[in-house]
Amino acid sequence: MSEHKPVEGRILTLPFMFLGVLGVIGLYFLGVRFADGLGAVANINSGYPWGVWVVYDVVVGTALATGGYALAFAIYVFNKGQYHPLIRPAILASLFGYALGGFGAFFDMGRYWQFYNILMPSNWNFNSVMLEVGLCVMAYILVLVIEFAPALLERIGATGALRWLNKVLFLIIALGLLLPTMHQSSLGSLLIIMGAKVHPLWQSLQLQPLLALLTALTMGFSIVIFEASFSAIGFRRRPETTLLARLGKVIIGLLAVYLVVRLAELVLRGKLGFAFTGDLPGNMFLLEMALFIFPLWVLLSPARRNSGRLLLFAAVSLLFAGALYRFNAFLIGYNPGPGYSYFPSVPELMVTVGIVAIEIMAYLVFVKKLPVLHSAEHA
Amino acid sequence: MKRRDFLKATAGGATAALCGIGTAEARENKEPLENAIGILYDATLCVGCKACVRACKEINGLPPSIMGEDVQYDAARDVSGDTYNVIKVYKNGTSEAKDREIDGFSFAKKSCMHCVDPACVSACPVTALDKNPQTGIVQYNPDVCIGCRNCMVACPYNIPQYEYNDPRGQIQKCQFCNQAGVERISQGLLPGCAEVCPTGATLFGTRRELLEEAKRRLAAKPGETYTYARGRASDGLHTHDKEAPEYRQHVYGERELGGTQVMHIAGVPLNRLGLPELPERSYASIAEGVQHTLYKGMIAPAIALAGLAFVVKRNTSKADQDDPQSQNSRRPEPNNDRGES
Repeated sequence: MSEHKPVEGRILTLPFMFLGVLGVIGLYFLGVRFADGLGAVANINSGYPWGVWVVYDVVVGTALATGGYALAFAIYVFNKGQYHPLIRPAILASLFGYALGGFGAFFDMGRYWQFYNILMPSNWNFNSVMLEVGLCVMAYILVLVIEFAPALLERIGATGALRWLNKVLFLIIALGLLLPTMHQSSLGSLLIIMGAKVHPLWQSLQLQPLLALLTALTMGFSIVIFEASFSAIGFRRRPETTLLARLGKVIIGLLAVYLVVRLAELVLRGKLGFAFTGDLPGNMFLLEMALFIFPLWVLLSPARRNSGRLLLFAAVSLLFAGALYRFNAFLIGYNPGPGYSYFPSVPELMVTVGIVAIEIMAYLVFVKKLPVLHSAEHA
Repeated sequence: MKRRDFLKATAGGATAALCGIGTAEARENKEPLENAIGILYDATLCVGCKACVRACKEINGLPPSIMGEDVQYDAARDVSGDTYNVIKVYKNGTSEAKDREIDGFSFAKKSCMHCVDPACVSACPVTALDKNPQTGIVQYNPDVCIGCRNCMVACPYNIPQYEYNDPRGQIQKCQFCNQAGVERISQGLLPGCAEVCPTGATLFGTRRELLEEAKRRLAAKPGETYTYARGRASDGLHTHDKEAPEYRQHVYGERELGGTQVMHIAGVPLNRLGLPELPERSYASIAEGVQHTLYKGMIAPAIALAGLAFVVKRNTSKADQDDPQSQNSRRPEPNNDRGES
């Protein structure tokens, strides 16, 4: 018997149809974007060329999709096999998250029909952080497809293919560990070249890749806790609090390193004062810090950590912290100079909402049709 | 067990090396090219006639920007997909005197600075932007551009402009009137803006001679007669004499982020004219330093991949041997029951 089983239940539930409506609205505005240009839908402009499509769909979206990566680290590098029941749903969520990121990058591209140019080595600019991000994210989406393939192959009973895949899977898993390390850190490195346009509280220059990677990992572990908790509620399954609490312990170390590096950079470069000026970036920094420190407070105590509720709050707080860190660095703390402003338009937001809705719909269909969730958890 | 611990440590070390921030070695700023061309914009000479804006549009085939009716002249307020060069005005208080910071006014020019170490060129993943190895012109190739707009977020002066209202939009920017089909520099002509400028406020030349000229002007005693060139800096034919104003002792573009080929001087502080205060070290050099430390020859990633593959292989097959009955410590085996049924 397989360890993983499809969840039973109808596909066309009420929430599913509601998500469908959001998806259709999003696709409509996406159609307008392709027919009339980016300016017809999005509020991006000369000063703010990157809006929510880049910052949410690509930068935050892929960081929220690092569950498969973070968990694979725990399981395969630190040999914590007990987390294995969580890996398949995490890989699937990662696949959809990255697919959203890749698709988001595509429809945000001003010359998407020439997209293939990034695949041609003769065009490659090895100085460009964006080149590393682009190629590495594409490669990782392929890796995620292969990592998820066993669920599909089990379903159709392709034993031969499964045996062959299992032989090389270690290499795919290794790539699945390397590639996100590369592009999640590079997504932070994208900020370096923006230089003085990025508020000093977020312009850490050489430290950008490290801070981006550490927060991506904390977000990865948090999203695993979040998804497992919600699967337990939504599909009426036994919660995995003990297992999840142990993941919480991993986060403590990451979070501690992150906070030390982040604050040391601000103190040593004499920038901490910007946090207390009472302006928007300063206040957003304080909010971001609070969202990072609250989970540390929860996780440091075994009693709090083992409370399913508090653990979930800590995870959600960390997801918001990592997302806000990225929003702050790329948008709220990004200042191209006087005369420019940006706030996303409703159609622009609806595209993002619609695509996320479609992503969730696809996740629901997959866990109900394919052996994704661990069978031992069935109530 | 010891060996496994060692391997774990190795993998951890490789990962740490991959984010080897502490060791990030950065390259120096790029140096100006030997024969780099440039423009010196002297705000004290500019009379705000905007002949340069019009000439730029005509030569580059750009439509005029009209605001309201009865406008007989280009009304562009900023660079855009239709405008490569724009003259702006700084005003303070009563705006009584030209080139004075308080209760004065000054003109300002905004166009591509043709950086010595351009961020846009560094950021572009597909080399759609590059720096001409002879002239130093930052040139654009729409045929490879994917429209990611990283050049726009990277540019400290917000110069590259994407055409947001065109479903087939591209990046637009000043290419010194030397892009394919225009090629004025290659033909020995002046860029449109410098050719039509009546006062020599926009002056063409090599970066070196323009920098010398700028420093000469800054050294001139306010009120003494100074001979200003028009069109081309080295062209002694078109000159006019004028009292030297009180210049700010700052050649903008001499050092900013490694310098620019379009440089500005003025009577008011240059940050009042839309030119940001920037350090000397180029952000491109820092970003590339980090990137090349991590990815040079793909050596670090290759080592990390080998280490990770080894650890993963060991941890997955170890689970197979030591722990055959454990369901949780390895990836699932193929579902034979299903496969045969």
